[in-house]
Amino acid sequence: MPPRNDDAAMERDGAAAGDHGAAPGSDPHAEAKAKPGTEAGSGVVTVTTCEDGPLLVRGAFELVTQDGESIPAGRATVALCRCGLSSVKPFCDGSHKAAGFKAASEPDLPG
Amino acid sequence: MRLPAPRGPLTSLLFERLVHPPEAYPYRANGRAGQGRFTDHQHPRAPHGHLSERRPAADGRSAHAYAHLIGGHGAEGWPSPLHVGDGGLGDDDFQLALFACYELHYQGFQDVDDRWEWHPWLLAARAVLEERFEEALGRAVARPSLDGPKGVRRALNELTADDAGPSVSTFLARHADRGQFREFVVHRSIYHLKEADPHTWAIPRLRGAAKAALVEIQADEYGGGRPERMHSELFRATMRGLGLDDSYGAYLGQVPGITLAVSNAMSLFGLHRRLRGALAGHLAALEMTSSLPNRRYATGLRRLGGDDDAARFYDEHVQADAVHEQIAAHDLCANLAAGEPALAQDILYGAACALELERLWAGHVLDRWERGVTSLVEAPAAKVPAREGCDAASKR
Repeated sequence: MPPRNDDAAMERDGAAAGDHGAAPGSDPHAEAKAKPGTEAGSGVVTVTTCEDGPLLVRGAFELVTQDGESIPAGRATVALCRCGLSSVKPFCDGSHKAAGFKAASEPDLPG
Repeated sequence: MRLPAPRGPLTSLLFERLVHPPEAYPYRANGRAGQGRFTDHQHPRAPHGHLSERRPAADGRSAHAYAHLIGGHGAEGWPSPLHVGDGGLGDDDFQLALFACYELHYQGFQDVDDRWEWHPWLLAARAVLEERFEEALGRAVARPSLDGPKGVRRALNELTADDAGPSVSTFLARHADRGQFREFVVHRSIYHLKEADPHTWAIPRLRGAAKAALVEIQADEYGGGRPERMHSELFRATMRGLGLDDSYGAYLGQVPGITLAVSNAMSLFGLHRRLRGALAGHLAALEMTSSLPNRRYATGLRRLGGDDDAARFYDEHVQADAVHEQIAAHDLCANLAAGEPALAQDILYGAACALELERLWAGHVLDRWERGVTSLVEAPAAKVPAREGCDAASKR
């Protein structure tokens, strides 16, 4: 199991963004940065790399365009496309399966 | 909703009882007839182990033993397992009888007293039907091979990728007329208006990571705290967009046995703790085969003039199920198999049941449409004549 934030942690974070570094009033989008390997319940966003599939994002994240426009996520946990073939980017629509997309859950080794 | 018209001898007998108050059919839990049955019959749990170990008694002894245990009179007046038919997956009468028994655990019927839900006669009658239904599923669905509990995730991927059955979604996207799309929605309304409910039964039966995973999926199915986003509510908007009646169970009387069998399998797995593995696998199979067909449903509906409100249910499922399938396959099923290795086979079997029932349903629908006839029940039987006591027994 990947580390996971519970709803209470999400609520806490939404109310007090300063808990883990971002000072109140600073860029709210800093919240969206994942911190892999952090402990569950610590309130950070987690991004889970699914084998042959998308990136699952959980926690108090916010999706934004490069211009800072908010992208409605519609749900607490989202799957972001990483095969490049989705018709609803940035979200996953399952196209990776038909395309036979391959990617390990573990990171690729350099070289 | 109200009881629909009966479709044969089983539903005639069942509905005739259900429209009366249950005290018209007393039972004696501690009476003479209910005593000593543990020694007279085989232990009732023996034939009801994990699905993968199950060897149903050919003569229906287990259902009889159960009937004796739960009340002195058991399923008196109800056909024996030998006479309820073979539990055919497309048997309208059989599937509607079982569906009605299960519906008492969901929203119930306006014209049926709520106390029937746990009435021993009803439970005994249901046990007879369930035994036959499990046997029918066992005949129709091959048990997938599994290379140890750690192979569950991969086996689920292979099972669902292998799904090469007739494609209703492709037909709907490209060829269906509006009437056929409406029929499709009528079939689906049997499940979608209670979407997620059958799988919710598993929550108190799981622990740890598998439980957390199921709750995460279900919370999303139920709208994440926003009633207007509940999947069942989105589906009602789709129904209204097509000029259909969006009230719960409005079309129960018009769908064929195979459509009811799709829902009955979920309820069977959901209501028996011993089948929790099959229920988890069933959910994973639904989620893992959902995103792409839903995209095609949305395409078809828009081609036929459906607006965004009507198509939202399908649009929503493209993204939601892309999330859910990852959680269901890995966090729910792989964790469940790791924690309870004895359930690993059942997980795959439940997935295989979901896929096979969908194939059979799709085969039925496409075959009817190819022949230019409706895939729904063509001429509903006449209403039950004897409905006296119906109002007295209705919900208070």
